[in-house]
Amino acid sequence: MNPSLLPLGELSRALERGEARPSAVLEECLSRTARLDGKVHAFLRLTEDQARAAAKAADERRARKAPLSPIDGVPVGLKDLFCQAGVETTAGSRILKGYHPPYDATVVRKLREAGAVLVGKLNMDEFAMGSSTENSAYGPTRNPWDLERTPGGSSGGSAAAVAARFVPGTLGTDTGGSIRQPAALVGCVGIKPTYGRVSRYGVVAFASSLDQVGPFAQDVRGVALLLRAIAGRDPNDQTSSLRPVPDYDAELEKPVRGLTIGVPKEYFGEGLDPAVEKSIRAGVAALEREGCTVRPISLPNSPHAIATYYLVATAEASSNLARYDGIRYGYRAQARGSLLELYEKTRAAGFGAEVKRRILLGTYALSAGYYDAYYLRAQKVRALIRRDFDQAFAAGVDAVVSPTSPWAAFRLGEKVDDPLAMYLNDIYTVPVNLAGLPGISVPSGFTQAGLPIGMQLVGRPFEEGTLLRLARAAERALALPHRLPPLLERA
Amino acid sequence: MAIDRNTVRHVARLARLALTEEEEERTAAQLGHVLEYIERLKAVDIEGIEPLSFAGDASEAETVMRDDEVRPGLPRDKVLGEAPEQDGSAFVVPRILE
Amino acid sequence: MSVHDWEPVIGLEVHAQLLTRSKIFCSCSTAFGAPPNTQVCPVCLGLPGALPALNRGVVDMAIKAGKAFGCRIAERSVWARKNYFYPDLPKGYQISQYELPICKGGAVPVPQPDGSVRKVALTRIHLEEDAGKNVHGERGSQVDLNRSGVPLIEIVGEPELRSAEEASEYLKALRLALIYLGINDGNLEEGSFRCDANVSVRRKGSEKFGTRVELKNINSFRFVRQAIDHEIERQVAACERGEKVVQETRLFDNEKGETRPMRTKEEANDYRYFPEPDLPPLVVSPEWVGKVQVPKLPHERMAELVAAGVPAADARTLTADPKLVELHARIVEAAGHDAGRRSANVVTGEVARLVNEGALDLSAPKFQPAQIAEVFRLQDKGTLSSTAAKDVLAEVLRTGKAPAQIVQEEGLAQVSDESALEAVVDGVIARSPAEVEKYKAGKKNLLGFFVGQAMKDLKGKGNPGVLNALFKKRLD
Repeated sequence: MNPSLLPLGELSRALERGEARPSAVLEECLSRTARLDGKVHAFLRLTEDQARAAAKAADERRARKAPLSPIDGVPVGLKDLFCQAGVETTAGSRILKGYHPPYDATVVRKLREAGAVLVGKLNMDEFAMGSSTENSAYGPTRNPWDLERTPGGSSGGSAAAVAARFVPGTLGTDTGGSIRQPAALVGCVGIKPTYGRVSRYGVVAFASSLDQVGPFAQDVRGVALLLRAIAGRDPNDQTSSLRPVPDYDAELEKPVRGLTIGVPKEYFGEGLDPAVEKSIRAGVAALEREGCTVRPISLPNSPHAIATYYLVATAEASSNLARYDGIRYGYRAQARGSLLELYEKTRAAGFGAEVKRRILLGTYALSAGYYDAYYLRAQKVRALIRRDFDQAFAAGVDAVVSPTSPWAAFRLGEKVDDPLAMYLNDIYTVPVNLAGLPGISVPSGFTQAGLPIGMQLVGRPFEEGTLLRLARAAERALALPHRLPPLLERA
Repeated sequence: MAIDRNTVRHVARLARLALTEEEEERTAAQLGHVLEYIERLKAVDIEGIEPLSFAGDASEAETVMRDDEVRPGLPRDKVLGEAPEQDGSAFVVPRILE
Repeated sequence: MSVHDWEPVIGLEVHAQLLTRSKIFCSCSTAFGAPPNTQVCPVCLGLPGALPALNRGVVDMAIKAGKAFGCRIAERSVWARKNYFYPDLPKGYQISQYELPICKGGAVPVPQPDGSVRKVALTRIHLEEDAGKNVHGERGSQVDLNRSGVPLIEIVGEPELRSAEEASEYLKALRLALIYLGINDGNLEEGSFRCDANVSVRRKGSEKFGTRVELKNINSFRFVRQAIDHEIERQVAACERGEKVVQETRLFDNEKGETRPMRTKEEANDYRYFPEPDLPPLVVSPEWVGKVQVPKLPHERMAELVAAGVPAADARTLTADPKLVELHARIVEAAGHDAGRRSANVVTGEVARLVNEGALDLSAPKFQPAQIAEVFRLQDKGTLSSTAAKDVLAEVLRTGKAPAQIVQEEGLAQVSDESALEAVVDGVIARSPAEVEKYKAGKKNLLGFFVGQAMKDLKGKGNPGVLNALFKKRLD
């Protein structure tokens, strides 16, 4: 098989054995992208020259059998909110069009230090606000499985690029499901680590208490290798944890026998597509066959998560996005008059509709007279949502299983005019961010129409190792037939 | 919960977003719709619950801080290079009246 | 009715820049006076993706202030965002502390003219970051972000002050205390010590506070008094006309000597405070608080000096200037603890004089305190007369030359050696037979005449004590 089509975990082995060469893999990736990304629109820009130079250096290290890490020489794409020194970074927004950050995000630096070949910047919903990548100021990304459908969002470009085999691995961010939901909708693996596991320094912020960085790959081993490379304490992010980073790869093949899986009844209720439910039940059965104990549980406050999330996330966003004022960088509207006019026009023209909607909601939730009723109340409900999970874990549950998304990929435009319907995409993923827990989405099957379905596993804080082990067990036990998106088969 | 246009206008001013009349109207409707959904939180019993405002690792008892050491910042041409308007030493904005 | 029927109520909020090397949330320098926008980085520029990283030194200094003023230091305090738009505020919010500040309560000791100490209660002390600077020109305003992120403590006093004079006294005492603690340079002109005043008036005897007005932009002690006095007059006049005082923020115009309302903001300030999600709560353990050393405050130093025998007036002069009191302490350290009075005499006399004349800069002195102790020793040993000691001292202070070297170069040493003096004594006796006769007849006070003659011969450098003894030995 063409090494550039291999899942990242397998490509790593091929590189290690000398069966693949970084530069050759990169060229394959670049030419596939050149051929097909006109249809998918995963990338906003490629950094081909830098990538070629990095791949060449990796060739040389691989030839000497002196790789920097298991991902040395692996092409990786970045969601367009990771600051990369000198490379345009827009966060999918018009307000940052043409902005070239003067510094690298910590995860970007860590990827470089691990030898990864940084290929380019990927499309996303503006400031990571959205679940379909339709809120990008630069046009939507399409799902490689069906070009009329969305790859999900907000990290839609990151997910689609992996599904279309443009790159074996990508990074995204997840504030309410923005890694797991698109991973599910394009049929790849995506993990949102525990809050604090990965540095957020240099990552354009949406909601600071919810944002986490995480990887996408075709296989569980792929995300394990990428996570190992990017995780760990960063002195520049004081919310990052001091806990040492385990060797996730070494966890993967350990047996899951004896682990307990909790199935929360609130996550299998009204609104769940029966085809998705069937697939998840099959996934749970597969884990049971691997020796897990399956137990029904209740997370009674999770149904309040969307309402809670849309107060907490928007409040933080309204403040985080105040810096886009047309003074120091980015877009500035023509305003010959007052400073006030400059601010108001710049932000009105620079931000898209959904971003403005959320800024307004968040400003409202924090404003005098409403703080207690909205923001403070939401933070208390948030504590209850977290407490539900803590109680399940204390009762012996090792991971909570659910669908990642209530439905498979939907059509572009289908939900774009109904903000609330769009928000409900994240019904199963949002509680995990509110609780600060790690969550992973792993493919569990396909709908009859051939659209991928993803299963979510949620673990104890900093137990990414356990989650990856369970996800690997599901991957092994389900043994889904190897399928390429029709886009690639036609090509 | 309905939200009137005056409230939208006030919030938009706080957020420094210019809205057209049509946008004001649409925003009032959409925010009202979302706030209506959010009203359900009022039914949750939060008596005696501490808000969860820091999501990080609670096991870390004392904040790990930076030492008081100076490191060079960014070169000024890079700092100003991204600005829409600057004069070689500072960012320039329309004259501020106090 | 008149001004005397009304009682002013004043509370002060002081912003003091902490003397750390680097900023509160990034490693940029805090040095004053660099060219615009040369001490900036992604964090203090508010670039997308940048995050704050708290400087431990800032917390140390806040603890120091809290301990010195007897505040309760919170084991857990919380950072909050204060949201507003302004060009000098790059993130669109200021990181501050709101509901849970690091210090609560406490009081600032304010020494009174009668020697007693008045305690002015504090509401709180909290940490925050400074904004940058806007320079307003004709065609536009320029934004310099060097100051963005410089650490501040805001010291909020209770409304216990009743006159502009009291306010000014409090501010002076607070400023001096912060300088003693080594956490602020007390420089009002450079803006490292800034004051806002909340002023209201109420009818004498009334318990209820009046409507308060916030005065901003007060940048000297003189203006503090002017601004507050003017505002009191304005409010009393309004009340007497039966008008209501409007709650507002007013700027002090130091050219006109009056306050005027700030250009009305477009909307009432609504800062939308909420806990800063980019920083963990600030946890300060009791062990940490215990480890922070607190230098003595001015009123404590004053009491010590008086106890060591320094006259109260000298002690006041010394403690008013931390450099003087420090110099005094170091001289005493070198000269021995009984030198307190003598050292105070030198420091408040010759040293203070030279400093006032601009001939001496105590932040970069040429001399060592031990050299002054050495002058004391030379005088005690008899090497220097008291007049010569003064000259040597002046020279030491000016040049930092070793006292012994000055004595030698200027030939200032006293002649105390008996063998060297005997010839002179003999000469005086030989040429003054009449006086010798009278002396021997009982006119003992002629001893002064003989010593005087000898001193004349010795050009003033003879040791009068030794000469005295020699004449007595010869003539008695």
